[in-house]
Amino acid sequence: MGKVLMKGNEVIAEAAVHAGCKYFFGYPITPQSELVAYMARRLPEVGGLFLQAESEVAAINMVYGAAGTGVRVMTSSSSPGFSLKQEGISYLVGAELPALIVNVVRGGPGLGNIQPAQSDYFQVTKGGGHGDYHTPVLAPSTLQEIIDLTEAAFDIADRYRTPVILLGDGMLGQMMEPVEFKEWKEREPEQKEWATTGIRGDGKPRIISSLELNADALEKRNELLQKKFALIKQNEARYETFEIDDAEYIVTAYGTAARIALNAINKARKDGLKIGMIRPITLWPFPEQPFIETRDRVKGYLSVEMSAGQMVEDVRLAVEGRTQVSFFGRTGGVVPTQEEIFDQIVKLAGGVEV
Amino acid sequence: MTMKTVFEKTTGLTANQTHYCPGCTHGIIHRMVGEVLEEMGILEDTVGVASVGCSVLSYEYFNCDMTQAAHGRAPAVATGIKRVLPDRFVFTYQGDGDLASIGIAEAVHAAARGENITVIFVNNAIYGMTGGQMAPTTLVGQKTATTPFGRDGSIQGLPIRVSEMLSTLDGTAYIERVSTHDVPNIIKAKKAIRKAFETQKQGLGFSMVEVLSSCPTNWGLDPNESLDWIKDNMVPAYPLGVYKNSQKGDGR
Ligand SMILES: Cc1ncc(C[n+]2csc(CCOP(=O)(O)OP(=O)(O)O)c2C)c(N)n1
Ligand code: SF4
Repeated sequence: MGKVLMKGNEVIAEAAVHAGCKYFFGYPITPQSELVAYMARRLPEVGGLFLQAESEVAAINMVYGAAGTGVRVMTSSSSPGFSLKQEGISYLVGAELPALIVNVVRGGPGLGNIQPAQSDYFQVTKGGGHGDYHTPVLAPSTLQEIIDLTEAAFDIADRYRTPVILLGDGMLGQMMEPVEFKEWKEREPEQKEWATTGIRGDGKPRIISSLELNADALEKRNELLQKKFALIKQNEARYETFEIDDAEYIVTAYGTAARIALNAINKARKDGLKIGMIRPITLWPFPEQPFIETRDRVKGYLSVEMSAGQMVEDVRLAVEGRTQVSFFGRTGGVVPTQEEIFDQIVKLAGGVEV
Repeated sequence: MTMKTVFEKTTGLTANQTHYCPGCTHGIIHRMVGEVLEEMGILEDTVGVASVGCSVLSYEYFNCDMTQAAHGRAPAVATGIKRVLPDRFVFTYQGDGDLASIGIAEAVHAAARGENITVIFVNNAIYGMTGGQMAPTTLVGQKTATTPFGRDGSIQGLPIRVSEMLSTLDGTAYIERVSTHDVPNIIKAKKAIRKAFETQKQGLGFSMVEVLSSCPTNWGLDPNESLDWIKDNMVPAYPLGVYKNSQKGDGR
C-alpha cells in the first residue's frame, strides 16, 4: 500500500478498522478528538457505525452493549474522560466482555491541560474502577507500532474476553509520521457462543451480567478472573530491549518517553557510557523478565516518565531491592528533553544518585 | 373427562421464582412484558436490558437473552445492542431511581436520538432496593428514608414527570403512562406495552411505557392500601394517558 503520512490519532483509528472493528462510540476530548472524527468518516465506508455519545459514561456503556453482541467495538478518550469510563470498564471486566479502550493521556489531575503526559499509569494498570481487576495495557512508542498493537489489543480482548487499553499520550496522538498499512480486507466476524443476539432457536437464553449476590459464588467468579489474569501475565508480557548485554546502567521508559530516552542513550553510547534500555510494551502485565535477567549484574536503573513517578514502582517490584532504581520525570504536560535525560544518565554513570 | 386449559403461565417468563416482596407490582409488570413478547412471537429475537434496582435480577425472569447494565446506563447499553442488531427487539426495564436520577442523561439522549428501543419505566415514587430513599419521582410531602419529614420542594426539589418531559423530544415515537392499581388499568397497561413493542417493530423510534407501581415494603402500607395509594396519590400527580403517539416515524 506504500507509506502514508498520518497523525497518531488517525493511525489508531485506521489500525482499528484494519483489525476488524466496525463500531465506535465516543465523545470528543483533546488531544484525541481526531480519532473520533476519523471514525465518523471512515466507519460508514466499511459498513460500520460511528455514534457520538452524550458523555464518556454513555459511550463506554454503548460499548458494553455492543460488545455483548460479540462484535469488535471500541471507544477512545483522554484522561478526564477516561476517568469517567472507569465505571464501565469495571463492568466490562465483571461481565467478561471484550473491547478496546484508547486513552491518549494529557496532564492532570483535574482538568489539567491538553499537553502530553503519562500520569494515568496508575489508573490504567492498577484497576482504576472498583473491584479486584486488571486490564491489559499496550503502550506503543511509534506510529508504525500502533498498527500492530491495535490489532494485538483486539486479539487479546477476544482471546481472554476482557477489555484492553491502548495507551498513548498527547504527543503520540498529535505527531505525524509515515506509516504503512496492509490492504484492508473484510474479515469474517468471530462467532461467540456467549453473545446475546437473541435466542434464535439455539437453546437457552444467555445472560451477560457482573452481578452475583451470593458471596461464595462471587468469590468463585473472582477466583476465575484471577486465574485469567495470571494466564495473561504469563502469556502476554511484551517488551523491547536495547543494548542491555554489556550495559552497566539501564534506562527504562515507555511510549513517548522511551523515544526521547533512546536518543539520549545513543548519545551516551557515543560518549563511551555503557547504557542500555528496557522498553515495556505492555504496562500490565508489567514485563518483569528483562529486569530479573539484569538486576544482579547492572549497577542501577533509571525510570524516565512523564509523570511524578508511577511505573518506577513496578520497576522496583521487579528488581526486588537488589539494585538501585532511580527516577526522573517531568509532570504537568512537560515533555522531558533528550539533553535532560542525557544529564541524568551521566550523573547516574558517575555514581551520583538521581 | 378431559380438561381444557384456559389459562397458562406465559413462555415469556422463565420458571424461576421472583424475589419481589408480597404485593409488589413489579411481578405484574414482568408478566405483562413476558406475555407481550410471547404473543408477538418475538422472544427469540429479543435482547432485554436489566437495570439496577429491585428489578436487577429480571434477567433471571425474562425468557430471552438478557444483559445487566450499570445503574442508570441501560438506555446506553440498549443503544449499543440495537445499533449492532437493528433487526432485534431491544428493551430496558428500569426503575425511577435508575432512569430519572442517575440515568436521566442516558434516557433523555436515547429518546432524543430516537433509538428504536422500548423502555419499560417502573415508577414507584421511591428507591426500593436500597431501602426506601427519595427518588426524583417521590411526591411532595411523601415520607421516605431521606425525606423523613416529607419531601419539601423548597429543599429537595420537585418531582420529575418523565413521560411529559420525554414527550417534548422530537425523537420519541410513543409514550404512555399507565397504572397497575386495578384490573382495568392493568389491561390498559398491557395494551400500552404491546403498542410500544409494535412501535419498535415498525422502526418508528423511541417508545416508553411509564408504569405506576407499588412498593408496599418501603411505603409502609399493606398491598391493598398500596394500590389505593397509587390511585389516590400517584395518579393525580402523574396523570395517565398517551403523551406521544407519532406513528409516522417523523422523529427519526
Ligand atoms: C452507581 C450506583 N449508585 C448507587 C447504587 C445503589 N442503588 C441500587 S438500586 C438504587 C435505587 C433503585 O431505585 P429504583 O430505580 O427506583 O428501583 P426500585 O428498587 O424502586 O425498583 C440505588 C441507588 C448502585 N448500585 N450503583
Ligand atoms: S422493595 Fe418495594 S419495589 Fe422492591 S420488591 Fe419490595 S415492594 Fe417491590
